[in-house]
Amino acid sequence: MATHSITVTVNGSQEHLNVPSNMTLLQMLREKLALTGTKNGCEAGECGACTVLVDGDPVNSCMMLAVEADGCEVTTVEGLAHYHEGEVRLSPLQQAFVEHNAVQCGFCTPGMLISAHALLQRNAHPTEEEIREALVGNLCRCTGYLRIVRAVQEAAADT
Amino acid sequence: MTEELHTTDPVGKSVPRMDAIEKVSGAAIFADDMQFGPGLYHGRLVRSPHAHALVKSVDPGPALEMPGVRAVVTGRDICARIGLYLIDRPIFASDRVRYVGDPVAGVIATSEETAAEAAQLVHIEYEELPAVFDPVEAARQDAPLLHPDLAEYQVANFIFPEPGTNVSEHFKLRKGDIETAWPQCAAIVEGTFRLPQIQHVTIEPHVAVALWEQSGEVTLWTSSQSPFAQRDLIAQSLSISHGNLRVVSPYVGGGFGGKAGVSMEVYAVAMARAVKGHAIKLRMTREEEFVGTTVRQSLVAHTKIGCDAEGNLLAMETEYYFGGGAYNDYGVNIARAAGYSCTGPYDIPNVKGDSYCVYTNQPIGSAMRGFGMPEIHWGIEQIMDQLADKIAMDPTEFRRRNCVRTGDTILTGMNMPAIDLVACIDKVTQAIHWDERRGQARPRPSAPHKKRGQGIAIMWKAPAMPPNPGSSAVVRFNEDATVNVEIGAQELGQGAFTVAAQVAAQALGVPYEWVRVSAPVDTRYSPYEWQTVASRITWSMGNAVKAAAEDARGQILGIVAAHWGEDPDELDIKDGRVISYQSEREQPLKNMVVYGLPNEDFEGWKGGPIVGRGKFMPTYVTNLDPKTGQGTRAVVHYTVGAQAVDLEVDTETGEVEILKIASAYDVGKAINPDLIMTQIEGGAVHGMSSAFEALRFDDKGRPINANLVDYRIATSVDVPQEIHGDFVETPLEDGPWGARGVGEHVMVQTAPAIANAIHDALGIRFNDLPLSAEKIFMALE
Repeated sequence: MATHSITVTVNGSQEHLNVPSNMTLLQMLREKLALTGTKNGCEAGECGACTVLVDGDPVNSCMMLAVEADGCEVTTVEGLAHYHEGEVRLSPLQQAFVEHNAVQCGFCTPGMLISAHALLQRNAHPTEEEIREALVGNLCRCTGYLRIVRAVQEAAADT
Repeated sequence: MTEELHTTDPVGKSVPRMDAIEKVSGAAIFADDMQFGPGLYHGRLVRSPHAHALVKSVDPGPALEMPGVRAVVTGRDICARIGLYLIDRPIFASDRVRYVGDPVAGVIATSEETAAEAAQLVHIEYEELPAVFDPVEAARQDAPLLHPDLAEYQVANFIFPEPGTNVSEHFKLRKGDIETAWPQCAAIVEGTFRLPQIQHVTIEPHVAVALWEQSGEVTLWTSSQSPFAQRDLIAQSLSISHGNLRVVSPYVGGGFGGKAGVSMEVYAVAMARAVKGHAIKLRMTREEEFVGTTVRQSLVAHTKIGCDAEGNLLAMETEYYFGGGAYNDYGVNIARAAGYSCTGPYDIPNVKGDSYCVYTNQPIGSAMRGFGMPEIHWGIEQIMDQLADKIAMDPTEFRRRNCVRTGDTILTGMNMPAIDLVACIDKVTQAIHWDERRGQARPRPSAPHKKRGQGIAIMWKAPAMPPNPGSSAVVRFNEDATVNVEIGAQELGQGAFTVAAQVAAQALGVPYEWVRVSAPVDTRYSPYEWQTVASRITWSMGNAVKAAAEDARGQILGIVAAHWGEDPDELDIKDGRVISYQSEREQPLKNMVVYGLPNEDFEGWKGGPIVGRGKFMPTYVTNLDPKTGQGTRAVVHYTVGAQAVDLEVDTETGEVEILKIASAYDVGKAINPDLIMTQIEGGAVHGMSSAFEALRFDDKGRPINANLVDYRIATSVDVPQEIHGDFVETPLEDGPWGARGVGEHVMVQTAPAIANAIHDALGIRFNDLPLSAEKIFMALE
C-alpha cells in the first residue's frame, strides 16, 4: 500500500503526515492524531458520528480519504472550545448542550455539535425546521432530539 | 458561564449532569478511544453463511499463511460454552451453526484490514440442515431441533427448558379458574399479535480489547453495562479465576440491554489466549451490530380476554411464543418475565398464561429496553381497546376501572406495592385533552386528506432479576473534603453517575459539586454491582451509595462528638461542616476526613481516613411454583405509567405524523426531575421508532437490511412537535427517598398507543409490527 505525504491543518495546527492511500480521514484523525472525539459509528456515512468540518463544510469523515484532506483545514469537536491559560471556554453551542441536558450517552454529541456549528455558520437564525433538517444525518438513540434542537435554537439566539 | 455552583440537598433538584462537559468537549473516553500502542492486534470473526448447518471441517491454513496473521482460533481450541441462565452457546461453533452470522472462528492479525481479508480465507465445509424461523413452528414436536443436547446444559433453577424440543423456557401462570370465568363474560375478544426482531442500534458499536498475560492475568476492556456479570460468565466459561480476570468499562455509548450480557466479548478473550502478551481488539462493524450481537426477540401472542357487562375484566388466556434466536443470552428470562407479568397492568381474577422461549435459526434474542414488556404490551393494549369498544366503553374509563391498584392481588398472588396508575392515566388524558373529544369537540385534522386520531396505553414492568442481585458502594474523602464515590454501576447516558453523586451528597451533607464518581468501572477496584439493567440502578445502587454515605457520616460524627465531648445524636453535617445543635460549634470536614482531629494540646489524635461502605440486596423475593407461577413475592416492585398519542395519518401516502406524545410515570421520587424528563423524551422517540422498525431476512435466514439505510431509526425530522412528560410520586417502600426506576418504562407502550390512535383515526387495526406508510396505505385501499 502506497503512502502519501500530506499537510492538513487540524484545529488550527498544521500536521505533516504520511498516510496510506486507503486511510480515511476518520482513521487519520483517530489513529494518527489521537483525536478520538470524532467517532466511528458505521463507517458508511449513515450515522453522522464521524462528522467534522473540512474547509468549513460538514463532512462524514469515514467517507473521505485522508489524502483528499491534503491542504485543507479540518475542525473536530476538540476544536470547538477555546483553551486559554488553563481556562476552558466552551462554545455557546457546547454550553447550550450542557444547559439543556442535550447529552446522554454522548456518542453522537461530537457529530451533532459539528453539524450544528456548520449550520449556524451558514444560517445564523435557523427555523426549527431548518435545524431538524440540518441534523437529519446525525443519528441519536438516547435523547429524542428535542433537547438538541432547543440547544441549537438557544445558541442561535445568543449570537 | 463561570458562576460557581454550590448545591446543598441536591436530591429532588435538576442538577447538571456531571459528565456533560466531558462529552461536549470530545474528551469523554469510550472503549474504542482507549490507546493500546502499536503492538495492538486486531481480530475479525468468521461467521456462518448458513442458518442451520453441521460444521464438517474448519481449515485455518490459508488464512495463517497470509503475512500479518498471528493466529486463528476455532471451537476446537476452546471447547467451552457460555450462557447467562442456560449455558447453551459454544465459544465458536464447532459441530453445528445455528444462525447466519454464528461465529465459527476468530482471526487475529496485525491490522484490522489484514484480519478482515484473512477471515475470508478460512476454509469451512458445511452440511446444510433444515431451518426454522417462526417461533410457533419451532415449538412443534416435528420442528428441526437446534439443540439436541438441551438436557445436558447447565440451567438456573428458575428456568424450565423442555429437552427434545426447541423450547428453552416455559413459564406457566394459573390463577383462579379460567373455564368457569368465560361463561360469566358479557364480552370476549380474541386476537393474535406479531412482532419481528428489532435491534438496539446503539450509536456506539460493540468493541472489546482483551489481553491474556503469560502470567495468567486477563484483562478485558469493553463497552459494557455489566462488567461484573461479564467477568463472571467469561471466567466460568474459560476457566479463569474471577480474581485473575479484570473487566474495565468506560462510558457506554448507548446500551439499551445490548451491552448487558455477553455477546462478542467472550470471543475477544478466547482469541487473546492464542496470542498471549498481546492485546487484541475486536470491533463490530455496523452490519455485525445488527445481526451478530443480540436483538430483541420476535413474538407471536395469542390472547383472549373477557369482561362482565359493567366492563370489569374477568378472564385472560394468553400464549406467548418468543422467537429466542439460536442461543439464549437473556432470552429465557424475558419469556419468564413476560409470563409472570402476562396480564399487563390489570387486575384480572382468572388467568391462564403460557410463555415460551423458543429456539429459532435467527440472531440471538436478548435483552432490549423493556425486557419482554414492549413485546407483550403491543397486543395487550390493543386488545383492551378492542374489548372496551365491544361494550361501548371509553378506553380511558376501561383502564381506570381495571388497572392495578395498591394492594391488589396480582396474577402471581403477590400484593401490588404502592403505585398510582390512575393518576398517570389522568395526567396523560388531560395532556391531550381527551375528555374534550366526546361529542362535537373532536380535534380536527390539518387537511382534508388527513385523518386525526388519539390513543392511550398503560404499562407496568418489574425489574426482571434473579432473587439476589446486589449493589455495593464505597465513599471516601480527599483532604479538601471532596468525595469519591465508588460504584460498579455504569453510566450509559441515563445519568447513573449524576444520581450517585446526588445521593452521596445528600446523605453526607456536602454540596453536590464536591462529589466525584470514580470511573471507569473496573472490577479490580470498583465495588460489586450485579448489572446496570432492569431500571434498577437509581433504586439499588442508590440504596448502596446512601448506606455508604451514612456509614461515612456516622464515622465523622463519632469522631467529632468525641472530640467535643458531645453526643453524636446532637450533631449533623450541613454544607460540608459538622455542626452541633447543642453547642452550636462547627467543624469543617476539610482535612479531618483524612488526618483526624488532635486532642487538646496535641496529646494524641482521634479519627483518620474516612471510608464509608454500604450495600443493598433485596431479601424478600421468593420462588414461584413451576406449575402455577404463584408465589409470595415474584418481584421487588413494579413501575407503572401511561402514554397518550395524538397523530395524523395522510390518507394519500399512509404516512403517520405524531403530533404529540404525553407520558406519565410513577417514579416514586424524582431524584433529578430533568433527567427523568430526558428519559421520557428519549423513550417516547425510541418507542415511536420501534413501531416502524424490523429486521428482515430472506427465506434462508440471511439478513436483508442489516445497515442504517435499510433499517431506519427515528431522526431529528421524525420527532413529534411536542413530548409532554409528567411524573407521579408514590414512594417506593425501599427506594432511596422513595425512588424507583423508569429508564425502560418510558418506551414500553408507545407502539400500541400509536396503533390505538391509528385505529381511532382510520378504524383499522394493525395486529402485526412493523407499521409503515406502505402498510397503512395498502390497508386503506
